[in-house]
Amino acid sequence: MKHTISELEDIASQVRRDILRMVHAVQSGHPGASLGCADFFTALYFEVMNHNPEFNMDGKNEDLFFLSNGHISPVWYSVLARAGYFDVSELKTFRKLDSRLQGHPTTHEGLPGIRVASGSLGQGLSVAIGAALAKKLNGDHSLVFALLGDGELQEGQNWEAFMFAPHNKVDNIIASVDYNGQQIDGPTEKVLSLENLQAKFEAFGWHVITSNGNNMEEILKSLEYAKSLTGKGKPILNLMSTQMGYGVDFMVGTHKWHGSAPNNDQLESALGQIKETIGDY
Amino acid sequence: MKKYTYTDKKDTRSGFGAGLHEAGKRNENVVALCADLVGSLKMDAFIKDFPERFFQIGIAEANMMGIAAGLTIGGKIPFTGTFANFSTGRVYDQIRQSIAYSGKNVKICASHAGLTLGEDGATHQILEDIGLMKMLPGMTVINPCDYNQTKAATLAIMDHEGPVYLRFGRPVIPVFTSEDQKFEIGKAWMVNEGKDVTIVATGHMVWRAIQAGEELEKLGIDAEIINIHTIKPLDEEAILKSVKKTGCIVTCEEHNKLGGLGESIAHLLTTTYLAPQEFVAVNDSFGESGTPDQLMTKYKLDPSDIVAAAQKVISRKG
Repeated sequence: MKHTISELEDIASQVRRDILRMVHAVQSGHPGASLGCADFFTALYFEVMNHNPEFNMDGKNEDLFFLSNGHISPVWYSVLARAGYFDVSELKTFRKLDSRLQGHPTTHEGLPGIRVASGSLGQGLSVAIGAALAKKLNGDHSLVFALLGDGELQEGQNWEAFMFAPHNKVDNIIASVDYNGQQIDGPTEKVLSLENLQAKFEAFGWHVITSNGNNMEEILKSLEYAKSLTGKGKPILNLMSTQMGYGVDFMVGTHKWHGSAPNNDQLESALGQIKETIGDY
Repeated sequence: MKKYTYTDKKDTRSGFGAGLHEAGKRNENVVALCADLVGSLKMDAFIKDFPERFFQIGIAEANMMGIAAGLTIGGKIPFTGTFANFSTGRVYDQIRQSIAYSGKNVKICASHAGLTLGEDGATHQILEDIGLMKMLPGMTVINPCDYNQTKAATLAIMDHEGPVYLRFGRPVIPVFTSEDQKFEIGKAWMVNEGKDVTIVATGHMVWRAIQAGEELEKLGIDAEIINIHTIKPLDEEAILKSVKKTGCIVTCEEHNKLGGLGESIAHLLTTTYLAPQEFVAVNDSFGESGTPDQLMTKYKLDPSDIVAAAQKVISRKG
């Protein structure tokens, strides 16, 4: 391992502080699922993926990551900056005029680490599959990772992609679903039930694993296991349970912080619960 | 009037199929995707010779656009193929976000555009696709006029870096451009020099404009005919030069008058050089079932409609 569990947890803690401070500074953005996925992103970029912060769009011979639910951009921006893709001071420009850190991720402003725009939901898995196909054509044995929100599974394009990948044996992709059970208007089970996701993915022909996305040790184990399953004829689906707002007691487990920013008092209270570890930006 | 003849009639989609096959030979990064319309898109030759570079997506156009965007990451040059309706309106947001805004080098190749799709009717006859695509920043929009030009355009877009919408059609029409033509994106083709009226045409309407030019000649009207195959970026210089000479213009397209080539030219003229313009285009309506010829007549896209528009626009000159 490149880092110990404790070191990774410290990075994730700093990422959570970044998320809260970025969203607070501009009084907009999506802190809930960003906090919930801080551990996963930290594991990916600091341990699991073979990637190069000297960014190259084609990413040949390195692992690629695609974020379909682009509204959780704060967690991605923080992790990219902390992993060396750009200076952490740029995090303060999030969602502001002339920034490379747009509300939703984009290639348009040239931010290193981003390979396609996302935000309009349901499109990321298709793009990730395309990148995985390109790797196969290029004889490139590195992997493609993708993250999808659970709410965005209501978009039909996902199911086109879920159908395509097993049929075409796209076995160099590991797609994780952020299974937090919340979306903007409420719990997914109330808005539009997802029913038995594991059974659905299995019926579509994916190799499904389940994991706890708020436990660093388990994330690493599950992603390493997922990697061991690649190259065997099936795409891999990591159904990853997280809690929206994880790490902040008044934000956890509710859709209310899906797209709302904390005020000054709330920020102070939240930061009081999350240790500053490698230094605020 | 310069004389144009033809010995063969072919469909423009076959020009695309031939161009794609040739593109596959020339560049190993060329890949093709299709949403269950391989025969209609004439992709068979490419698939036969390059099976590993072809992706059958199934009836899932949104997924096709996303996969195409992803394939560019790693250096591939994807050509997607389906009907124009399913290439644009059905997948507008996928093209907008994953291809255009993301600056991806995807070639969106669309057959069965316009009324000449015929009997399938209005569900399949998109007349708004040029407008949809030209509004996307950075999108190149090309509508070639015959088999040879479509083949040449298919090869030209392979070498162009950036997203392209290539629009072609179903019916067999005269092949009147040269086999060895050089296709330059964004460069108008002077079909016939004249002095009384400028007639600008794109796609299937170019041959009809030539026929109209011959009729106008009999009426003593000397028409300048220009083929605009690239609707975006528009060859503004060629259009302005011609209109400054003739003082008026007729625009011809198998598309809604709203959002098409004519509208782009109207914008150009109102902001640079005012001149009367007439539109030979579909008058803000959907199509219907019928033979291609019947439909072109009913929706006023015949050579006689171009002749009438030319006479009218000449009468409006100050």
